Amino acid sequence: MSDFFTIALLTATLRLSAPLVFAAMGGLLSERSGVMNIALEGFMLVGAFSAAAGTYYTGRPFLGLLIGTGAAMLASVIHAFWSITLRGDQIVAGTALNLLGAGIPAFLLQRLFETAGGTPAVARLPTIGGGLNVLVPVAFLLVPLVHYLLFHTRAGLRIQAAGEHPHAAESVGVDVARYRYACVLASGALAGVGGAYLSIGDLSQFTVGMTAGRGFIALAAVIFGNWNPVATLGATLLFGAAQAARVQAQALNLPISQDLLIALPYLLTLIAITGLVRHATPPAGLGRHAATE
Amino acid sequence: MAERSADGPALAVEMRGIIKRFPGVVANAGIDLIVAKGEIHALLGENGAGKSTLMNVLFGIYHPDEGEIRVDGRGTRFTGPRDAVGAGLGMVHQHFMLIPRFTVTENVILGSEGSSTFRLDRQAAERRVADLAEAYGLRVDPHARLGDLPVGMQQRVEILRALYQGSRTLILDEPTALLTPQEVDELYRILQRLREGGGTIIFITHKLREVAAISDRVTVIRRGRTVGTRVTSETTATELAELMVGREVVLRVDRPPATPGEPVLVAEDLVASGIRGEAALRGLSLTLRRGEILGICGVEGNGQAELVEILAGLRKADKGRVILKGQPITNVDPKALRRAGLSYIPEDRHNRGLVLDFSLTENVLLGNADEPPFSHGGRIDGDTTQALTQSLMEQFDVRAPSPATPARALSGGNQQKLIIARELHRQPDALLAVQPTRGLDVGAIEFVHKQLVQERDQGRGVLLISFDLDEILDLSDRILVLFQGRIVGEYLSGHVSRTELGLRMGGRGGDEHAAVAD
Ligand SMILES: Nc1ncnc2c1ncn2[C@@H]1O[C@H](COP(=O)(O)OP(=O)(O)O)[C@@H](O)[C@H]1O
Ligand SMILES: [Mg+2]
Repeated sequence: MSDFFTIALLTATLRLSAPLVFAAMGGLLSERSGVMNIALEGFMLVGAFSAAAGTYYTGRPFLGLLIGTGAAMLASVIHAFWSITLRGDQIVAGTALNLLGAGIPAFLLQRLFETAGGTPAVARLPTIGGGLNVLVPVAFLLVPLVHYLLFHTRAGLRIQAAGEHPHAAESVGVDVARYRYACVLASGALAGVGGAYLSIGDLSQFTVGMTAGRGFIALAAVIFGNWNPVATLGATLLFGAAQAARVQAQALNLPISQDLLIALPYLLTLIAITGLVRHATPPAGLGRHAATE
Repeated sequence: MAERSADGPALAVEMRGIIKRFPGVVANAGIDLIVAKGEIHALLGENGAGKSTLMNVLFGIYHPDEGEIRVDGRGTRFTGPRDAVGAGLGMVHQHFMLIPRFTVTENVILGSEGSSTFRLDRQAAERRVADLAEAYGLRVDPHARLGDLPVGMQQRVEILRALYQGSRTLILDEPTALLTPQEVDELYRILQRLREGGGTIIFITHKLREVAAISDRVTVIRRGRTVGTRVTSETTATELAELMVGREVVLRVDRPPATPGEPVLVAEDLVASGIRGEAALRGLSLTLRRGEILGICGVEGNGQAELVEILAGLRKADKGRVILKGQPITNVDPKALRRAGLSYIPEDRHNRGLVLDFSLTENVLLGNADEPPFSHGGRIDGDTTQALTQSLMEQFDVRAPSPATPARALSGGNQQKLIIARELHRQPDALLAVQPTRGLDVGAIEFVHKQLVQERDQGRGVLLISFDLDEILDLSDRILVLFQGRIVGEYLSGHVSRTELGLRMGGRGGDEHAAVAD
């Protein structure tokens, strides 16, 4: 039984971490380029809904995935335009997008499906065994890719420069706005994939509020991981494991308070943000606008 | 495309009739600057004269409203710094444009990473940077994290970057402001080597000493206009000072010898940590006496900020004691400190000294509002306060239309005079003056210095903390050197050379124990 328990816990951890990894890698890129991104939750919701709706209409989950990704990216264009071009407050923009991300799917559910709770059942992305869908390995492959991009490419150096000291980057001719746009759009796309993962990968429908704060947990993982891709992966695995522990404990009827288990991932998030964050060093130019004359 | 002007030598930079306006200010009101190839050309002017603006125009950061610019004989119209770099100009900014978290190499190559490939070849880049540093004798470790390097070394990285980008003409904006005298000497050597290699240098400064030490020619600007160009060896400090200020100036403060009395402010074994938890003060002790100006010199970041904040009641010491007139005042709040007889002229007028959107009267009220004659029984006496402000303005020569003018509308010099008026009005026993003349013009500096000397002569203790070694040397009766959170040297005025102080400020020189001359 203990072997079974371990394996089940491991696969559940991977399954529950993967969407966090997508969103966290997106958030990491955006923040590394200097744009605060609390809108991950909104992007995930838009992605989750659009992927389910897209799959419903096309009948093909891969097209649904594409539509979900695209829709979330579109939402991120708003964030980028407000935060970079209009030089607005990035927290305000993120809050607005989170509200939109919660409101628009609920509204469209009514208009398109005349229901309030969720879409009808749709086809799911294929699985690779163990109850894991094809996006799980993609999520974990993403981490070394982001690492390579940030630390071993020219673009990565410039993204970091834009996030650390936008004025200095501009003074040597780096187009800070361009790199920031690219990173925010990437964060939209990746969080969108994370959302699609929930609606058409893990489940086979969209339900209202189905992200349940995962966008914020992903952001906490970025902070917990000190804006480093590999450490951020570690943090998402920790949060995923906390969620998996709850599911397993439930299945095995362990004598642990359900309430406590449900709260665990969120408690971890809180601890990450308050306690350990004092040692974290965010990009020095986070939230600071570039100069223009 | 004349590479040469009619008869003279080849020109690196020609700026003619440059005008640049900002809302409400004409920063450059018609400036001519002609720099020959291979010379070190000083651009001299007071704070606010328009030097940085002119260089930002040259470098393509600002676009001039009028005027003509030629670089290497070619007419130019830069749309941004990139164009300027392309034309062979390089800038060492007044506030370094470097990224502390990056390595030296990353800072140097950023924006011109070399090969057009996607991948970043760090090792090749490090080799290139090391070779370049070697070729110009700029000692710096290409692997080091920039933030771990001392300021002088960071500046070398900026120079190195300009060379890496292929600059033939290097612009340095007040490059000595943050350096120790030894680092300044090293900078001079680097610049001379660059000139020998055929480079051209524009050296911006407001210090006459530096013009004499390094430049071949000097252009003086005043209030946005060129007032003259001289060959350095054929002019005098007095002539330059008069060109710069527009009238006769006294280059030294007249100061009768001090007659120090009893201790008024004593700090014992202060220990404190900085914002990042690092040890900032490690057992600092000092004694300020009545009737003396005690100067504390040191390179920025050696504990000055923490010392000031503890003495001003803005930060708690982890250990140690502060005593004012025999009373312990360790870690008490600013209000109690003021009541006990301590006044404070902060370094940052805009954030600590004034509320810029308040009127002058309201600013005078700050810290005084709950005491007579400003208020009675909790009610502010508007008429008295207004009249008092008016009389302080006259007494301290604060030039403003009325006491109702917002502080924001005043020039830096007048803002500083207002703060001094407010603080001295309290007739403190001890005065804490931190960089009291930073960013002021010569006239205002003279005024502030006279006030400090006058306070001293009235039997007050003045603790002067400044990064400007000239100010320390000119004003102090006694000088303490602060290094890494401790006093590492104590000297009587007139018994120590700049060199000796500089060595001490860099943590070297002398024996371990404070050498008191006399
Ligand atoms: N970006 C700006 N906007 C408005 N005013 C400015 C700006 N930059 C400089 N000024 C003003 O132009 C004048 C010249 O400033 P500056 O060129 O920095 O002088 P300097 O470098 O000689 O000390 C000052 O009065 C300053 O307040
Ligand atoms: Mg300047």
